[in-house]
Parts: sequence; C-alpha cells; structure tokens
Amino acid sequence: MTLREGGSPPRTFAWKILMTHSPIATRRTVTGIPTGRLAVWWVLTSEVFIFGGLIMCFVLYKLNGAPGFEQASMTNTPAGAFNTFVLLTSSLTIVLAHAASERRDLKKTFNYIWFTIFGGLVFMVVKFYEYTTKIFPEWYHTPATHEPITILSNVFWSFYFTATGLHALHVFGGMVIMGMISMDVLKGRNLQRVELIGLYWHFVDIVWIFLFPLLYIANF
Amino acid sequence: MSEAAHAHPNYVKIWVILLILLTVSILGPMLEIPWLTIATAFGIAVVKTLMVAANFMHLKFEKHIIWFLLTIAFVFLGVFFFGVASDIVKIDGANVDGVIQWQDCLANQSCTIEQRVK
Repeated sequence: MTLREGGSPPRTFAWKILMTHSPIATRRTVTGIPTGRLAVWWVLTSEVFIFGGLIMCFVLYKLNGAPGFEQASMTNTPAGAFNTFVLLTSSLTIVLAHAASERRDLKKTFNYIWFTIFGGLVFMVVKFYEYTTKIFPEWYHTPATHEPITILSNVFWSFYFTATGLHALHVFGGMVIMGMISMDVLKGRNLQRVELIGLYWHFVDIVWIFLFPLLYIANF
Repeated sequence: MSEAAHAHPNYVKIWVILLILLTVSILGPMLEIPWLTIATAFGIAVVKTLMVAANFMHLKFEKHIIWFLLTIAFVFLGVFFFGVASDIVKIDGANVDGVIQWQDCLANQSCTIEQRVK
C-alpha cells in the first residue's frame, strides 16, 4: 500500500478491512447467513457423508447376514444408554450456553460450556471402560470371561471400533475447541463462536443417536 | 431468518421429551419383537434427530440454503446406498469364488491377514 503525498493513506474498503484485522470472509454474506455459521453447516454436510457412509455400509452388511453381527449382544447396552443420556444432556447445556451468550451473560455462558466439556469427559471415560472390557477382559475378570476383542475380530467389531472411535475423536475435538472458546468468552470476545461449536456438538450428539441403536440395541 | 427474529424454544422441555424417547427406545427392544425393535429403536432415533436439529440447532428457523445443502447430502447418501446395495446383497458376477471364500473364512473365523486385506 502506497501513501499519498502528505502521508495519509487512501481510505479504500480493503484498507479499512486491513486496519480492523478481520478477514473479509467473516463480514461478507451473500446468503444472509453469517459466514462462520454457513461454514459450520458445510462441515456438517461433509460429516454426513463420513458417518452416513459408514452407517450405510453397516446396514448393508447386516442385511446381507455377514457373520459376526450377532455379537452385537456383547456390547454394553446400559453403558451405551448412559452415554446417550450424557450427550443429550450436554446438547442441552451447550444450547443454554448459546442462549446465555446472546444475553451477553458471560459467566453463565462460560459455566454452561464447561458443563458440556464435563459431559464430553464423562462420555470418554465410559467409552474407555467399554473399550478396555473388550480389548483387555483380564483387567476386570480373572480368568477372562472372553477372548480379547479387537478391530480385527470380525466385521461387526471392525464397524464398532471404527464408528465409535471416529465418533470419540469428534467428541475429543469438540471438547478442546470448547475449552479454547471458553477463554474468549471470559474476555467477552467472539461470542458468536458459542453457537458455532454448539452446532457441531449437536451433530456429534445426532451421530450417537444413530450409533446407539445400531451397535447396542439391534442385536438380532 | 435472523437469530433475533425468533424466540428460543423451551430447551429444557425438549430435553425432557428426548429423555422420554430414549427410555422408550431402550424398553421397546426388550420385548424382543424384531419389527417393534426397529420401530422403537430406529424410528425414535429419527424423531430424536429431527427434534435436536429443529430445536437445538435451530434448523426450523434456518434459511433454505441450509436445507438445500442437507438435502443434497442425503440424496447422495441414497445414491451411494442403492448403488452398492446390489453388489453387496446379491453376490454373483466377477470374482465370485474369491468373495465366497472370503465369506466362508469369516464365518469360521479362519481368515488369514491376506484374506482380510483382500
């Protein structure tokens, strides 16, 4: 950028954007939807393909009577049901955080975000317990009540560990991002991000709503 | 519709309904009737999803382009499902021997690593 004679810079639109240190994409909207929110919906749409494709394959193999699917009876239904309760509750707390952020109630927003992170933590602890009971049965019963079950045991367990593992990664990622956003909330900055992470978290909840009946209930 | 243009749903009430639906989806399959299991477990999963999307994600207040995005995603999922369903559910044609051999070894848990990779 060159300065005009006399030292004052030209007040172009680009210059103003540069001076406010905000990328143009966050302030431009063709659709009428804030760019950040539109971007999150794009991400979620691509996630529909990832988890949807996985679930479709699971359904196809199950319909085809692939061996191993009867072992769905070995999954821990109470643990899965408890985790569904935890995720539904954490969905409530993150939407309450969004509502609080719209009122600019920073303390409540911060608290609700951390309730949600706690929900994610509880989910991960239960998931750790479930995984270890399958992979290391000798940790819980001596002698072990069954052979170790891993991702290579059969097609059902391949789906189980792939789908729940990918989902758990999403839960973990959401927890980390929520922690970062909560720091901004304390300073009253970027409150719109509370809604954005909320959208993501509800999607993670929805994925679990489908994984729960597929992996824990439909054991026929 | 902009965020300011709509009132918030009663989130706690939605959450209570979701928990009631969760309870039904757990109790229904306990009767061990396959069609009832599918109806309660998967039917309720669809209802719960719609409730979370509409109320918690504010989809019912969202602009049409978001609905368009999601519709495209589900249409292509349908194309994927019906595109590969015939290959998986009805096994015949090229390399049928290899597929049957693979299924047999899966059935009696005797697959080698090479067969799994194949």
